[in-house]
Amino acid sequence: MQRELFEPKIVGFFCNWCSYRAADGAGTARMKHSPNVRVIRLMCSGRVDPCFVLKALARGADGVLIAGCHPGECHYIEQNYKTIRRYTLLKHLLHQLGISERRVRLVWASAAEAAHLTEAIDEMVEEIRTLGPLNWSANLAEDSGHLDAVERILLEHQQALEVSR
Amino acid sequence: MSAQGKLAIYWAASCGGCEISILTLNEKILDVAAAFDIVFCPCLMDTKVRDIEALPDGTIDVCLFNGAIRTSEQEYMAKLLRQKSKVLVAFGSCAHEGCIPGLANLTNRQEVFETVYCDSVSTDNRGRVIPLPETRVNGFHLTLPVFYDTVRTLGQTVAVDYYLPGCPPEAPRIWDAVVAILENKLPPPGSVIGAQTTVCDECPRTRNEKKIRSFKRTWQIIPDADTCLLEQGLVCSGPATRAGCEARCPQVHSPCIGCYGPNAGVEDFGARLMSALASVIDANEPEEIERIIQEGIPDPVGTFYRFSLPHSLLRRAARVPDAERHELPLPKPAQ
Repeated sequence: MQRELFEPKIVGFFCNWCSYRAADGAGTARMKHSPNVRVIRLMCSGRVDPCFVLKALARGADGVLIAGCHPGECHYIEQNYKTIRRYTLLKHLLHQLGISERRVRLVWASAAEAAHLTEAIDEMVEEIRTLGPLNWSANLAEDSGHLDAVERILLEHQQALEVSR
Repeated sequence: MSAQGKLAIYWAASCGGCEISILTLNEKILDVAAAFDIVFCPCLMDTKVRDIEALPDGTIDVCLFNGAIRTSEQEYMAKLLRQKSKVLVAFGSCAHEGCIPGLANLTNRQEVFETVYCDSVSTDNRGRVIPLPETRVNGFHLTLPVFYDTVRTLGQTVAVDYYLPGCPPEAPRIWDAVVAILENKLPPPGSVIGAQTTVCDECPRTRNEKKIRSFKRTWQIIPDADTCLLEQGLVCSGPATRAGCEARCPQVHSPCIGCYGPNAGVEDFGARLMSALASVIDANEPEEIERIIQEGIPDPVGTFYRFSLPHSLLRRAARVPDAERHELPLPKPAQ
């Protein structure tokens, strides 16, 4: 029996000045790439608060793709260096929490590099397909019996009272 | 409040420090005792849970609930006290964000049991007997609370009216909260009763431009008495942490570890602290950045979520880490 192909959900945070334009360029040039990345346009990759990435993963994304200008070419001079530092810290943290660093990827793509960006997207989609779904909310579920256990306490207290009477 | 109000103080997964902190109100504790009749406090009195169960709903005016939720019994008590209390306060870091007990979210029930009941050096348990929720002994049916895999905060379990942060909350902040309750000058329900600024704003140390080439552990340096500790390379949580402690730790040359929880408007403590640290690392080459982080921060969860792992966006570590998952062979796409 053939298993259905897993389609990863990837959230993309793209810089307005380069990668988002590269994505635009890919569209204009009718380049084909996997449709799994939902792109959110930001003014700079330096705007990517680690909180955005954590929230995406916690709420159902299988991966996060951050795309920005090449180092040295930031529209805001040096913010993408901060992106490298935040991204490195974040990967260090995710590793300890058991999330593969391949799920969060940082790529540099200038406005002219539409082909490079679409390749990076396709590569990431394939990689996450191999890793499988993240399905973070499943980590938080308790055994089905835990609510029964809470209700049983009241019952036990009532029975104990009857015995003591 | 005209007549004496009814006060309950309860503990769940906690250390008892919150009760001690209430005692550090010193002589003001007499004012609390004058204003409130303490109806339930297992730390001080022998009131029975059945007496609380028998109370009409909403009888207790204020319940200060400390401790995180990790067993079915704690969840039961949280739900019971929610039902019986007009105002439920998550008191202290455990109830607010999970705190130190919440670091168990790096592991799971089975591993906790194996360490505590079987493998710790001082334990002799050759039969590897671990507590079970239900047991039969000599025809008797015995039960224990169910131990959860994931530690939760009080706010993730029941609706909470106010949060009083801190590990433990500082006496002056407890007093501020008591006064606010007595004078009925409370902020909107759901808010944190506390400052809106960070520990840095209370810290007397001098701040200059920070450029960090390597992070230091506290035992590696004797910090200079007047300069910002983060500037000296110590990982200080001040920039992400809510004020309220009067920067006690930095004042005695020890970096802030974030016990007062995230500052107002911060959703995830660790994310805020990571952002702050990223701005002060003085390197632009990926390899150099990697080295500074790997060498300086050996335990990122313990550094960024020491008090707030259950309250963070991810709440816990993956039950099965990606690295241990069997990689799925790719099926051929349908033609």
